[in-house]
Amino acid sequence: MNADALPRPLRRIAGRRTRHPGVLLAAAAICAVVFLPVVTLFLIALSGSGEDWPHLARNVLPGAARNTATVILLVSAGTALLGVATAWATVAYEFPLRRVLSWALALPLAVPPYLAAYAFAEFFLFSGPPQTLLRALFGFASARDYWFPDIRTTGGVALVMILVLYPYVYLTSRIAFLMQGRDIADVARTLGARPARVFFGVLLPVSRPAIVAGVSLVLMETVNVIGASEYLGVPTITTAVFTTWINRSSLEGAAQLAMVMFVLVFALLMAEQWARRRLRFHDRRSTRMRARAARVQLTGPAAIAVPAGLLLPVLLGFGVPLYVFADYASGRLDHLLNAALASALFNTVLTSGLAALLTVALALVLIHATRLSRSGATAALTRLAMLGYALPGTIVGLGLLFALARIDNTVDAAARAWLDVSTGLLLTGSAAAVVIACTIRFLALAESGIRSGLEKLPPSLDEVARSLGRSPAASAATVLLPLLRPAILTAAVLVFVDTAKELSATILLRPFGFNTLATLVYENASRAVVQEGSLAAIFIILTAMVPVILLSQALSRDGSAPPQDRA
Amino acid sequence: MQSTTFRSRTLLAAAAFLATGIGLAPATALAEGVVNIYSYRQPELIKPALDAFTAETGIKTELLFLDKGLEDRILAEGANSPADVIFTVDIARLANAKAKGVTQALDDATINANLPAEYRDPEGHWFGVTKRARVVYASKERVGDEPITYAELADPKWKGKICMRSGQHDYNLALISAAIAHWGEAKTEEWGKRLRANLAMKPSGGDRPQAGAILAGECDIALGNTYYIGVMLNGSDEKEKSWAQAVKVKFPTFENGGTHVNISGAALAKHAPNRDNAVKLIQFLSSPKAQQIQAEQSFEYPATPGIEPSETVRNFGTLNADTLALAEIAAHRKAASEMVDRVGVDEGPTN
Repeated sequence: MNADALPRPLRRIAGRRTRHPGVLLAAAAICAVVFLPVVTLFLIALSGSGEDWPHLARNVLPGAARNTATVILLVSAGTALLGVATAWATVAYEFPLRRVLSWALALPLAVPPYLAAYAFAEFFLFSGPPQTLLRALFGFASARDYWFPDIRTTGGVALVMILVLYPYVYLTSRIAFLMQGRDIADVARTLGARPARVFFGVLLPVSRPAIVAGVSLVLMETVNVIGASEYLGVPTITTAVFTTWINRSSLEGAAQLAMVMFVLVFALLMAEQWARRRLRFHDRRSTRMRARAARVQLTGPAAIAVPAGLLLPVLLGFGVPLYVFADYASGRLDHLLNAALASALFNTVLTSGLAALLTVALALVLIHATRLSRSGATAALTRLAMLGYALPGTIVGLGLLFALARIDNTVDAAARAWLDVSTGLLLTGSAAAVVIACTIRFLALAESGIRSGLEKLPPSLDEVARSLGRSPAASAATVLLPLLRPAILTAAVLVFVDTAKELSATILLRPFGFNTLATLVYENASRAVVQEGSLAAIFIILTAMVPVILLSQALSRDGSAPPQDRA
Repeated sequence: MQSTTFRSRTLLAAAAFLATGIGLAPATALAEGVVNIYSYRQPELIKPALDAFTAETGIKTELLFLDKGLEDRILAEGANSPADVIFTVDIARLANAKAKGVTQALDDATINANLPAEYRDPEGHWFGVTKRARVVYASKERVGDEPITYAELADPKWKGKICMRSGQHDYNLALISAAIAHWGEAKTEEWGKRLRANLAMKPSGGDRPQAGAILAGECDIALGNTYYIGVMLNGSDEKEKSWAQAVKVKFPTFENGGTHVNISGAALAKHAPNRDNAVKLIQFLSSPKAQQIQAEQSFEYPATPGIEPSETVRNFGTLNADTLALAEIAAHRKAASEMVDRVGVDEGPTN
């Protein structure tokens, strides 16, 4: 990557040619840890004979690939439409409940897809409220008397994903509309264009990078999802990895499939980069966040229809899961005193907190390295380290299990040989493995959060300190760090929540007697008694609501000033 | 200076947090008086027996539930693995644990006296502690009392009337493996194709919701394990109770054979750090007392002869267990799994 292509604050200060091998080394080390699981699986894949492939290619992959592709297509189209439409409505129009809705629309983000799948299955199947009501209304006795859409289909999986993931697109495109809308939209409007024309002709094309960014986040999550599709009985490539591994006892075959998945995800990322190429319309200075275009007041039926329409995704994506779990939990409040629940809560806070600290620290190192080093190598390494976010939790978990256990046993053997003590399983025997896995997966969240905060600052700030003789690290720490505090906190909170929601790597790597809220729910769901895990599910959703509300508050600061305040 | 306070406070908090994290290493797992269990079975299902074990011996049990890749995890942990006992359902899993080399042979007179030879490994690498039959749940309203065979599930008279969980699930794979052992691959595959054609909908969920689907009228019969009906009938969940009440249990049979029976079992881990406690646990599980608990509380069939199943289970009717050797069922697992993919069971009914 060419260093000149970096936005200005990330470019190294011109004129200095001192080398910084230390930061390059640090970036390389972080990259190595991120790639540890992939490299491990790659080695396992190489050791396989490929005997599974004739069967996979003939009988498994066509169906699994078709399902995966269908889900990906439906989810990208669905989240793009829903996300952009809701964002545009809340930015461009004034209607009753607009301010409430503009933060409530982000709430479904607090529901992990696997919980949404459990909840939707409970809600929309035969004994759930809609079908019970239908039967009561029309006097039907059995499912054969009427037709009702089945949630246990490819379309059903896509629907679940769309309803909990559209907020990614909603949030990114909302910010884009708010920040870019002002100047160009005002110009178009003063020339007499109606809001719809402004939207399709000007804002939509200009906001494309933000929309693509949102959709690509959605797709990373979609490929990651195993729980939802497994629960709803839709075989995908991820489920094929598991059946090959478990039911045909072929770890090598599973690793080879996992590599195929990795290539798929990598291709998605490349496509995203391509779609965003040279598109940088933002002027990201935080000093330009004040003025905002006036909203068009909706009147008549539209003033009711629009808020009602916006309420629908919130009710489905957030209301239904909350209703289902709260309904079950209300009959199990005695579980609140349950020691298992308390320790799961403690473990969740602990692992999530550690992962948040670690990712923020590593992200700061990477950002510092990129700013300091003139070489494109550091920048490229930083980009590579971000790939961890695109890795499915299953791949991270499986690869890390073998890699870390190997490290543990090597350390133990060395300690036995030289010190005559056994260190046991330092990493895989403790929660460290879970923390490492989540750090690998969510480093990109912390990095992009902090970097976008940095990009809003004038680039000259710490140059002043450096010109006064402070070292690069000291000037960054004393000048930039305090200013970045909000960005760092936001990044930490995001990682905290994603770790709390993480399931697929955690379930593989957790040590003995160690449950997080997510694994507690899973233990119950895997024996088909979701209701027993309902309190844990509620805790996950409540924990995850924290950052969503924080984010929404930040958003309302940007955009909710009443129209007459226009600067 | 505000910024410095912020940083030092944060650093302090971080340091405290990290310290807590380091303290998290499972010291208990190596302490005296503990047995460490790696389990494919959900903790709730085995808790009654484990609690009784702790009450009797004072040995505490620690449990790791993992429903995927248990053997590989133990293999990766190697000589340092804390696993003492491996718990799992399904004969193929037990056989796989042995094949992967994560178990050790155990020749214990008490255990061997308690458990019949057909439900334990000849070399002592695994022990079947409970039995479960794979039966047919049939609608009380819409299905008569005539007997049914496994072969009949492929009869077109059931078109659009059969529900089941994923064909790739252990329980269905074991049933299909047994069918392969009885009928050979070609005939079983033909049977599988017709069974798929008879499905009412795409396989999903566990065994319990299949009973729910029968109550809903979505299908008339479903494949399921016996104990789920017992658990649902005697549980506190009203919805599940109504599911179980809508169905009756029919014991299908193979021609010249009986009803397919699978086991849940225990194995001694190869590097068990608490070997003595582990042996005590397996001894306890094979004892009449534990067998009774499993029968009464988890509604499984005891493996020990002479112990009666629970009353609920006795009311299902008489189980005439198939005599096919368990090892033979385990041997056909890969073929069964590939066949499920080939037939496309999990893609749902063919129209």
